[in-house]
Amino acid sequence: MQTVADITPPRTHYLNATYGVKSWLLTTDHKRIALLYLASVTFFFSLGGLFAMLIRLELLTPQGDLVQAETYNRLFTMHGVVMVFFFLIPSIPAVLGNFLVPLMIGAKDLAFPKLNLLSWYIYTIGGAFTVVAILMGGVDTGWTFYTPYSSTYSNGNVILTGLGVFITGFSSILTGLNFIVTIHTMRAPGLTWFRLPLFIWSHYATSVIFILGTPVIAITILLLALERIAHVGIFDPALGGDPVLFQHLFWFYSHPAVYIMVLPAMGVVSELIANMTRKRVFGYKFVAFASLAIAVFGFLVWGHHLFVSTQSVYAGMIFSFLSYAVAIPSAVKVFNWTATLYKGSISYNTPILYAFGFIGFFIIGGMTGLFLAALGVDVHVHDTYFVVAHFHYIMVGGAIMGYFGGLHYWWPKITGRLYPEAWARFAALVIFVGFNLTFFPQFLLGYMGMPRRLYAYAPEFQVLNVMSSAGASILGMGYLMPMIYLIWSMRYGPHAPPNPWGAAGLEWRTSSPPPTQNFEHTPVVTEEAYEFGPATEDVVSTVARA
Amino acid sequence: MAETTTTTHAGLAHHFDDIEQQREAGTLGMWAFLVTEVMFFGGLFLAYILYRSKYPVEFAVASNSLNVTMGFINTLVLICSSLTMALAVYCAQIGKRRPLIIFLVLTMVLGATFLVIKGVEYHEKYVEHHIPVRFNTYEFKWEPHSAEGASSQAERPAVETGNVEMFFFLYFAMTGVHALHMIIGLGVLTTLVFMARRGRFTPEYHSPVELSGLYWHFVDIVWIFLFPLLYLIGAHLH
Repeated sequence: MQTVADITPPRTHYLNATYGVKSWLLTTDHKRIALLYLASVTFFFSLGGLFAMLIRLELLTPQGDLVQAETYNRLFTMHGVVMVFFFLIPSIPAVLGNFLVPLMIGAKDLAFPKLNLLSWYIYTIGGAFTVVAILMGGVDTGWTFYTPYSSTYSNGNVILTGLGVFITGFSSILTGLNFIVTIHTMRAPGLTWFRLPLFIWSHYATSVIFILGTPVIAITILLLALERIAHVGIFDPALGGDPVLFQHLFWFYSHPAVYIMVLPAMGVVSELIANMTRKRVFGYKFVAFASLAIAVFGFLVWGHHLFVSTQSVYAGMIFSFLSYAVAIPSAVKVFNWTATLYKGSISYNTPILYAFGFIGFFIIGGMTGLFLAALGVDVHVHDTYFVVAHFHYIMVGGAIMGYFGGLHYWWPKITGRLYPEAWARFAALVIFVGFNLTFFPQFLLGYMGMPRRLYAYAPEFQVLNVMSSAGASILGMGYLMPMIYLIWSMRYGPHAPPNPWGAAGLEWRTSSPPPTQNFEHTPVVTEEAYEFGPATEDVVSTVARA
Repeated sequence: MAETTTTTHAGLAHHFDDIEQQREAGTLGMWAFLVTEVMFFGGLFLAYILYRSKYPVEFAVASNSLNVTMGFINTLVLICSSLTMALAVYCAQIGKRRPLIIFLVLTMVLGATFLVIKGVEYHEKYVEHHIPVRFNTYEFKWEPHSAEGASSQAERPAVETGNVEMFFFLYFAMTGVHALHMIIGLGVLTTLVFMARRGRFTPEYHSPVELSGLYWHFVDIVWIFLFPLLYLIGAHLH
């Protein structure tokens, strides 16, 4: 049985194969590009978090006293824009997906490595435009850019911010194209579709949404920019235009976008559950098809954001029905994960703690989504903190938990180092507590009628707001901890063996970190996914297992 | 496992197993990319459908003021360019370098012709004050064409100037985005010409020509939709 001290890292791997800034900035190695993305998304996560902190500070008191009203509008707008477009949408696909998709299918790289690098540059350039827009004062329209305020009356940097988002959208499209082509054409011998890890199925479904949905937000932003220049009134009712057209176009992308955010996290959770319970995921095919179903149905429900927008009631009823339908494949996944856990050999380590957190929060977030899908309820809670709580449960409680769980689980593979497990579990606990304290009160606030996007509120809401702000600071601490110990571990963490978790999957059959070409010899796959035998000798039990 | 000594093709990228896999990946990638382009143009077509159904008279009247002859010539030009592009792909497949280059250049010439005619049309619209941008010193005004023949005042349909602007906004947005794609296509063709001159294409490896052909045909098809929707809906009016 190997102990921690016995692990000798591989002599040459993708991190030390070549040196110098140019070797990183001109790399076409998907693993290095994943790390470039990791740095960029972490920057934007911190930026978005900074805006969140300012929002929660303002909301400590019922009066608007920390910032002016217009400033507050800019804060929540930029929080949304940065978090949605520059953190949540890229996070798992661009970091974990880029790193793992070729490894999981036994390929040497993605299908189009240069396009992969281009996608990072496009993302960075789009991000730069948005940072410039922020420095110039930002936008106050809300991340949803509703017209005619954004097209006619807003005085902010709408076009500049829109340009940043427009440019970054192409990075998503390129990533989606890359994943689809790679998964179709570059699987290792013997790796049939139904032997693929569920992470791959999730990313395939996500990529379908990337390529079908992102172009629509691109044209929407283009039309908005043209309208601000030409003032023809395409979205302005005073000039004969239709503001709801903008909403339809915007949400046609932005609803599937939320499935872009959650599907990869679900893929991560499938991997964590299977590997941490040493059991094949229950109902593998159902989970695989559920990913595709979510992607397809996700394109049919955008009208549930327009229930109170003058959209026809009959259309509303159809969208409501479809929104209930789209919850079904998600529920299938949750049930199947639970069934996988049953009688599994569960190791209670950091990754699975995040997976548990995901499942719990996703259930709450998903259920409250169904409440919102009911027309009558939505009329009552639309534009209140109920909606804010709902989507933060899914995006933060779901997607970000999945991201951190995956980051921890694959950290040994990515860096060749083990993170400090005790600190990691503590941080997961802090995040769990902080998250609940931040966002659960917001359900209550919303139901009681506190509107969103206003910097002042009725005095009777203060207690819950203070709780929420307190929770936010705890959550912030919780997120800060992994940033510290993960970076620390890159230098001081113990070296990781090829398979510290005793997990199944092709990525664990190569060294940690992998060589540049991923595998010494292309693996041949002869068994189903998640085939677990007895624990193999390269499992480091003292560190990896509870 | 030692690599068997098969001749690895010069155009084979290191991460692919063989040239066949690379070709398959490239083809699937280009088709998937074209799907994204359909979604991109689709947003514009949606706006067009909405506003044409809201303001059918204004759209017809505005369309009537476009130069159908030039639009028709442009349509023929693009269809011919798709023919030359297809012939270029064929030449690449059979390994004929000189005809390949000739057909690529012909395609570019036809594409450039399209853009020149488009430029003339845009200039015409500029002169007639039909470009819907409000500058400080610029007054947008629309006047119906003076009748060729005696169409009395009463027969001219009543139009709302602002709604006519909507047509021109969409006209410039749609043809502008299309023209941008044409310009990019010309850049791609230029690259292909340079590559062909260096002898990069053989019957075994000519995917860049094929995939660029797919893109070019797509841009052509978009125009096939744009032409009737923009130019021909006012044909019944005089």
